[in-house]
Amino acid sequence: SCLESMYFTHTPSETASADTTHSGNSTGGNTTAENGGHGAAAITTLPIVTWKWHHVELPYLITLWVLVCWLVKLVLHLYKRLTIEIPESAMLILFGFILGGMIWGADKAQTFALQPRTFFFFLLPQIILDAGYFMPNKLFFSNMGAILIFAIIGTVWNAVAVGLSLYGVYLGGAMGNLDIDILQFMLFGSLLSAVDPVAVLAVFEEVHVNEVLFILVFGESLLNDGVTVVLYNVCDAFVSLGADKINAAEIIKGIVSFLVVAFGGSLIGVVFAILLSLLTRCTKNLQIIEPGFIFVVSYLSYLTAEMLSLSSILAITFCGVCCQKYVNANMAESSVTTVKYAMKVLANGSETIIFVFLGISAIDPNIWVWNTGFILLTVLFVLVYRIIGVFVLTWMLNRYRLIPIEIIDQVIMSYGGLRGGVAYGLAVLLDQAKIKEKNLMLCTTLIVVYFTVILQGVTMKPLVTWLKVKRSSKSELCLIEKLQNRAFDHILVAIEDISGQIGHNYMREKWNKFEERFIRPLLMKTSARKSQDQLFNVFHQLNLKDAISYVAEGERCGSLDFARSDNDANLVFKKKFGADLSDIIPDINSDLSDKDPYDIPLPSSLPSVCLDVEEEMRRKEVGDNNAHHLLQTHLYKARKQHRHRYSRKETGVNKDENEVQEIFQRTMRSRLESFKSTKMGVSQNKKLKPSKKDQVHKVCLLLPTANACYMQFYNLTFSPRCQMETSQIIPVMMKVIMT
Amino acid sequence: MIMFFSSPSDVKNNGHRRFFPYCHIILIPRGVSGHESGGITTFFARRFHHVTDHSCAIIMGSGDSTLSKIPNVEELMEETGFSPAHVVRLYERFQALDKSKKGQLSRKDFESIKELATNPIRDRIIGAFFAQGQEMVDFHTFVRILAHFRPVDKNRPKKANMQEPVNSRTSKLRFAFQLYDQDNDGKISRNELLQVLRTMLEMQVTDEQLESIADRTIQEADLDGDNAISFDEFRKSLEKVNIDHKMSIRFLR
Repeated sequence: SCLESMYFTHTPSETASADTTHSGNSTGGNTTAENGGHGAAAITTLPIVTWKWHHVELPYLITLWVLVCWLVKLVLHLYKRLTIEIPESAMLILFGFILGGMIWGADKAQTFALQPRTFFFFLLPQIILDAGYFMPNKLFFSNMGAILIFAIIGTVWNAVAVGLSLYGVYLGGAMGNLDIDILQFMLFGSLLSAVDPVAVLAVFEEVHVNEVLFILVFGESLLNDGVTVVLYNVCDAFVSLGADKINAAEIIKGIVSFLVVAFGGSLIGVVFAILLSLLTRCTKNLQIIEPGFIFVVSYLSYLTAEMLSLSSILAITFCGVCCQKYVNANMAESSVTTVKYAMKVLANGSETIIFVFLGISAIDPNIWVWNTGFILLTVLFVLVYRIIGVFVLTWMLNRYRLIPIEIIDQVIMSYGGLRGGVAYGLAVLLDQAKIKEKNLMLCTTLIVVYFTVILQGVTMKPLVTWLKVKRSSKSELCLIEKLQNRAFDHILVAIEDISGQIGHNYMREKWNKFEERFIRPLLMKTSARKSQDQLFNVFHQLNLKDAISYVAEGERCGSLDFARSDNDANLVFKKKFGADLSDIIPDINSDLSDKDPYDIPLPSSLPSVCLDVEEEMRRKEVGDNNAHHLLQTHLYKARKQHRHRYSRKETGVNKDENEVQEIFQRTMRSRLESFKSTKMGVSQNKKLKPSKKDQVHKVCLLLPTANACYMQFYNLTFSPRCQMETSQIIPVMMKVIMT
Repeated sequence: MIMFFSSPSDVKNNGHRRFFPYCHIILIPRGVSGHESGGITTFFARRFHHVTDHSCAIIMGSGDSTLSKIPNVEELMEETGFSPAHVVRLYERFQALDKSKKGQLSRKDFESIKELATNPIRDRIIGAFFAQGQEMVDFHTFVRILAHFRPVDKNRPKKANMQEPVNSRTSKLRFAFQLYDQDNDGKISRNELLQVLRTMLEMQVTDEQLESIADRTIQEADLDGDNAISFDEFRKSLEKVNIDHKMSIRFLR
């Protein structure tokens, strides 16, 4: 029962009543929960089935609650229109109200409030890890100056301003009789100062603002934890010490403690990131558990920082931020995917639970103390000082920024200062003995949270649309954009060198060189390092899309049946960059089970993408391969660059149907053009078996895509002799497909 | 040890001065005329520049003197939008690069910038400075090319007869386009694209892979099916990119 009390506020009467109402006959009158149903009372006859509620009570309740929260989310998503208008987080809170009301009605006590320990240890870390792991590093670090300014100065300003104003108003008598002194006001101000990453993420990703704006608000919300923790602890300590003991020394200690907590936490994060990268270098033979290491080591960084009273959020943020590149390069492709999906599940799930419980926790009349002045003024001050803080800081920053932050963006930024679970958790952690008005503060915090999440969340989208913020485009970059972006980087650096200016890009180049010479050899596997070429990654990724669409279309047409198989022995699963292509070529030439009169001379080095397609076709005419395996053999182990979408709901590579179809159709169309004119007419008549018209059509659809890869290469690069020969692939392929 | 005095008129033109870590301060005795003082400072600038490349922040005795040395400077500033301080600084850089004091830069001068050595598209960028057939770059051209990289002025008044400002989005894109389009036929052909790709991709990417990437790139960007990318197609495919951000650098005063 001591365990239980930590996670849920079970009142003892509740436990007893659960016992008496639910216990079966065999456990008799044993009302204590500890023995879990193996009652001490003597049994008179052999029980066939016993009711062992206490045996499973804790895990059962936890699992049940998780299920309920996720069901709520499921229900929400059934009504698409609803989620468009109102952000999901607001809806979840409202549902939480309903659930809380139901519980209150049933038990007359709020048995399931959100405990700070649960929140800080089991619900928050994965959200922050998810944020850090998928953080767009380049954007993050290039705006780091602005982010730090907002995080540190902005948060301190918020805390001090709110605290002092409330104190001033209190002195002025607008709040009636309260037992608070200035230090407690400061403490309250500090716990309300933190912009909450969970709430910000939840609302902003529905809105899709441009990436600079997003990264500013989001980065700020992540980094201000360092400040909040320090402020909170310092004020808490001051409250304990008493106002008289505070002198200059203590204040200096406070400032020093900020530096130590912030940098210490970040340092721990970086250390664990290094450990994690080194670890993933060695896990080549353990690909099954490989993904698990990420979670375990990151969580350890969180706990270690917490143990050392440093900023745990900063630790896990930087752990994710620093390790993402190396871990993604070192791990197997499947592990990368696993980590991505698992992290999304955990983060999304936890966020849902947090918001639902934020709603539930409110339905508890015991904690409700209403003081109009206090509450309304707090809400007002929080809003106003956020706006002032953002505008002043932006004005200062714009004098040094290359691209200034516009007024519209500033409005959104100040409006996007949402408070959430962290503020609530800190409020619950307040010591009732020291702070007499804890309940008032708790209520106010809840109201501020609801105000920001629900009201501001709901009105954010209309506001954004109304102000016509430069919204980020949702589409994937095409090759030329990526190429050009890289070209721009080079151009800018060159121009800076020529014109003798030092700028951002100079520093970034220097860092890149340093990182490439020293850090990468240490933290990245050798084979992974070789395949780090970014442009090739993009190409690879686009070919992946092609391949996916090819397979999808094939499956739809039903003519890829040959490609399904349980026989894994035929797999060619290449991880190395390109060295073993030559190994395969002899196989191809020797394995032509279809007696093709034309020997196809293949060059010594081939793009593996097309090679695999052709090779698979050749080796497995009647053979079967699972579609997934087919996909995999298409691919080099060049690392995918996941384009960050600032969304915890979408997972990136899984593009929506339309986009895939578009690319497929475009590829198909252009290939079909070149085919129809020269080769298709000839080969079709020769070798095509009599078949239905639609099958021919499907083949026409299929072949271009199948050939999209290698026809591109071969047609344009080989001699006419080879061209003629490669055209013989088509009848072979068609024959294969027909069978 | 030499120190630098500025005449009172300096404060008006060049209200602030920057001191760099390795700034060498030069004393010019009073009475030296503006013209001569300019000569002396450039003399010292050239001597000292090899020590620290960024020491060319020596502020001239009076901004007037340097500016007066540059022919047609008002027209230049008008056309490119640089402030006098920018122009002065760029002039100093120009002279620092112009080792043989020809008053013009040759390709060798550009290639001697050691930081450029590791830049994959170095040759193309250097080539962008040299107009067709020219072998030397004078200061005006130098500044004009660099002006492409000024941040876009939002509140520049549009004069009726003014042609496209040098640092507008279109001009920036055109600059980038011309890096690819070496033969200036208004299209990026497959070969030209291949050449650029070859320079920008590592050696281990094989030619076939390169060609497939080039084909894919053209296929995606090419709208009219001529297997080459025209300037409009180029611009269209980059319409979502924030060109202002990507092609601007901060010009230090």
